[in-house]
Amino acid sequence: MTDLFSKFDPLIEMRSALLEGGVTDPFNLVMEKVESPTVAICNGKRTILLGTYNYMGMTFDPDVIAAGKQALDEFGSGTTGSRVLNGTYVGHRAVEDALRDFYAMDHAMVFSTGYQANLGVISTIAGKDDYIILDIDSHASIYDGCALGNAQIVPFRHNDIDALEKRLKRLPPETGKLVVLEGVYSMLGDVAPLKEMVAISKAAGAMVLVDEAHSMGFIGEHGRGVAEAQGVIDDVDFIIGTFSKSVGTVGGFCVSNHPKFEILRLVCRPYVFTASLPPSVVATAATSIRKLMNSADKRVHLWENSKRLHAGLRQLGFTLGTDEPHAAIIAVIMPDLETGAAMWEALLNEGLYVNLARPPATPAGMTLLRCSLCALHSEEQVGEILGMFAAAGRATGCIS
Amino acid sequence: MPDRQHTLAKVLELIAPFNKKGVTVSEGTRFAQDLEWDSLTVLDFVANVEDEFDVLITMNMQAEIETVGQLVDVLEKLAA
Repeated sequence: MTDLFSKFDPLIEMRSALLEGGVTDPFNLVMEKVESPTVAICNGKRTILLGTYNYMGMTFDPDVIAAGKQALDEFGSGTTGSRVLNGTYVGHRAVEDALRDFYAMDHAMVFSTGYQANLGVISTIAGKDDYIILDIDSHASIYDGCALGNAQIVPFRHNDIDALEKRLKRLPPETGKLVVLEGVYSMLGDVAPLKEMVAISKAAGAMVLVDEAHSMGFIGEHGRGVAEAQGVIDDVDFIIGTFSKSVGTVGGFCVSNHPKFEILRLVCRPYVFTASLPPSVVATAATSIRKLMNSADKRVHLWENSKRLHAGLRQLGFTLGTDEPHAAIIAVIMPDLETGAAMWEALLNEGLYVNLARPPATPAGMTLLRCSLCALHSEEQVGEILGMFAAAGRATGCIS
Repeated sequence: MPDRQHTLAKVLELIAPFNKKGVTVSEGTRFAQDLEWDSLTVLDFVANVEDEFDVLITMNMQAEIETVGQLVDVLEKLAA
């Protein structure tokens, strides 16, 4: 018998070699208690959270929690069914209404996760003879959406406007084209030049899908994302988003002004063949989304946090993913996996949790310590965080 | 020079700057195993090939191309 698991041997060996060195497993952390959007207890120790996607700190919002509790009481713990059968409750419609209002768009469709939203929309709208033109650093859910469908896939170099334009020009003018972009790329925390890219794509007759997972809630005047901030949201055909970041729960969505959009509810398999979100989840999401519409002060504070952390880390001598802070993600580039894991552990011992990111999630084989800020991190916490980075960086030899 | 030989010569020329290990390249040379290219190198190389021949080589096509000779075949087909 051939062991189907033999293909994983190189990864198993790499992992055990790393752990034999005595380092704590960076991919096996358990939070014993969560005190707030910015603090949890890990291994019995109070830990500042700097590696969550809780950008707007909505997870403990009293209105959000009250809405969830009420929905649990009134509608039960789950729908036990697909959106197209018994799985659409008033709450599912209400959260789609909230999204339409938030984005000022005609249609909103809610999926059970953000991953499924990309999987479903991309695989369904781009057919066999159509082309998907995508940034090489696209999220796994975008690539998996391509793999689930059977369109022709054309990648272009990350954020390279000329590379996109060249490829669009080589495609037959009459063929169906979908350009897939992200507002914020989550590994390095850099934003896309959407203004130029959307214009080029539209000029070439392509439809444009933008994943705004990491920008919703705080980038753009109304928190609609990078497309709003760069003034091109009206030219974007589909925006994909998630409830698991700024919204603070779980779920995914697509919003659009396409007049035929609603047909997707019948033809999109990752929407049809899975259970809908529990009533408590859609209730918390709807409440959170409506509150995010009026969170200008929090947006300002989050930007201040990002700028302060970025400048502070740079001053300490760390190499960062972007020259200026583009979003609430700040990526600290590590020389290799061993140093990254040692630094990650030293930070955890200091009382700070960040994400250790590795290929295939990261571009160009990089090891990153990815920091994501929250609007509820206080000024003092950002100061504490910088102190911890200084201590851990010196202890591991990352900085002098 | 026949067309195919000409295409092969151009491809070899485009491989050279990415042939960091100095591997002797022939039609049978495999991009992943012999040249040990990672995905970013492949992207850069494919972009250069696309520009040189003014064609598009989709990821679907790339998945079928393992060797230098197979790439030449694809380019010949695209030019036809």
